Amino acid sequence: MGKKLAITGNQAVAEAMKQINPDVCAAYPITPSTEIMQRFASFVSDGVVDTELVTVESEHSAMSACIGASAAGGRVMTATSSQGLALMWEMLHIAAGMRLPIAMALVNRALSAPINIHGDHSDGMGSRDCSWIQIYSENAQEAYDNIFQAVRIAEHEEIRLPAMVCMDGFIISHSIESMEFLPDEVVRDFIGEFKPTNPLLDVDKPVTYGPLVLPDYYIEFKKAQHEAIKRAKKVTLDVAKEFEKVSGRSYGLFESYRLDDAEIAIVVLNSAAGTAKDVVDAFRDKGIKVGLLKPRLFRPFPYEEVADALGSARVIGVFDRADSFGGFGPMYMEIASAMIASGSSPVMINRIYGLGGRDFMPEDAEAVIKELVEIADTGKATTLKEYIGVRE
Amino acid sequence: MKLKGWKELEMGAVIPEAGNAAQYNTGSWRAFRPQWKEENCIQCLFCWIYCPDSSVTVSDGKRGDFDYEHCKGCGVCAHECPGKKGNKAIVMVEEGN
Repeated sequence: MGKKLAITGNQAVAEAMKQINPDVCAAYPITPSTEIMQRFASFVSDGVVDTELVTVESEHSAMSACIGASAAGGRVMTATSSQGLALMWEMLHIAAGMRLPIAMALVNRALSAPINIHGDHSDGMGSRDCSWIQIYSENAQEAYDNIFQAVRIAEHEEIRLPAMVCMDGFIISHSIESMEFLPDEVVRDFIGEFKPTNPLLDVDKPVTYGPLVLPDYYIEFKKAQHEAIKRAKKVTLDVAKEFEKVSGRSYGLFESYRLDDAEIAIVVLNSAAGTAKDVVDAFRDKGIKVGLLKPRLFRPFPYEEVADALGSARVIGVFDRADSFGGFGPMYMEIASAMIASGSSPVMINRIYGLGGRDFMPEDAEAVIKELVEIADTGKATTLKEYIGVRE
Repeated sequence: MKLKGWKELEMGAVIPEAGNAAQYNTGSWRAFRPQWKEENCIQCLFCWIYCPDSSVTVSDGKRGDFDYEHCKGCGVCAHECPGKKGNKAIVMVEEGN
């Protein structure tokens, strides 16, 4: 059993990185993830870790250095937020296309403009198509636990893709909560030694990374990448099972909360799910069959399993803390795809909430569930997509 | 040559074989062809050092003719060539002429 401490989300992630002791970290500070690398830099200068810390001039350079270090054969980690991730965008694709298992903490923050430092998911959702494995975390404990699992999933020999672990900026990154740490030796045994696939530093076996690939081969490489990230679904479950053995904490592709017989379901990601679960309980106490699904693995998205878990719901409300302007929110599109592919046709509404760190209050969840109850009665939804918690 | 299927490819488009650019003939890309005028050559081997495609053949420390299967006609060799008494040992001529 590990020690229990009151700690912020950022401290929890920095502690996880310390226990992983990666070969290289290249990072550039950006709120609200700054504290992760700031604390990790102290571990480096105190000699607690052996990591080569590369301080660079931008996030584009941070990810570029991570790519170089990973191709060289190192276990590599970094952290960022918002504009930082946006600036990395070009290199995110390259890390994935070169099949480099870099692990990154993404402390979710709104994108400019207008500039805002608080938590929403527009950064993570904006990198949805970069072929990074994405794991979302409700709280500090989940972020801490997910970091170790992300390293294992990314480095799995049948996958070899980068992975990001997401948690809400400020709401989780800067809030203190009680969580349990794993002993160092448990972490060491769980993550194991990193075995690089084609290390550039193996001078006896020289290789070339990053060649030009023309129309005669490009699509074959992308198909291989697609198959690799698909395999991450099973590996995520296998790794979670192993993690449960060493930690006692159980993880899946998503969390089902009182969904078994639910006629009304809500889908909520990250910290807001904690608030919404309380509201679900209140409705259950009144005899209303409502449940919640909190996605964890967003890429690859577990369509069949999600559709199965939401199978009994006639009405679904999907909360998005990011917008795809001119379209539905990104989570809604995934849930809609899952339901359509499964052949079921619940009434589905999309509610955009909490952008730029606007608080998500129990009343917000309550209002949407009340609306869903009405829709369940009438079978009709008047507005499919709408913003909530916004002043007129 | 039979093209490989997606399952047969090296992960991440890594090329595991060093120096395999020799198997890829790029000479057809050329718009201008370097021509070697041996009478003006002082065997300084600047062309050999500067050639980005290893297309200047050298044996026993003396340069021979160009490897036209791989020379893309960039003209760096002609630019660097000091020649003899102001006469270049490498000149670029348009392909097809």
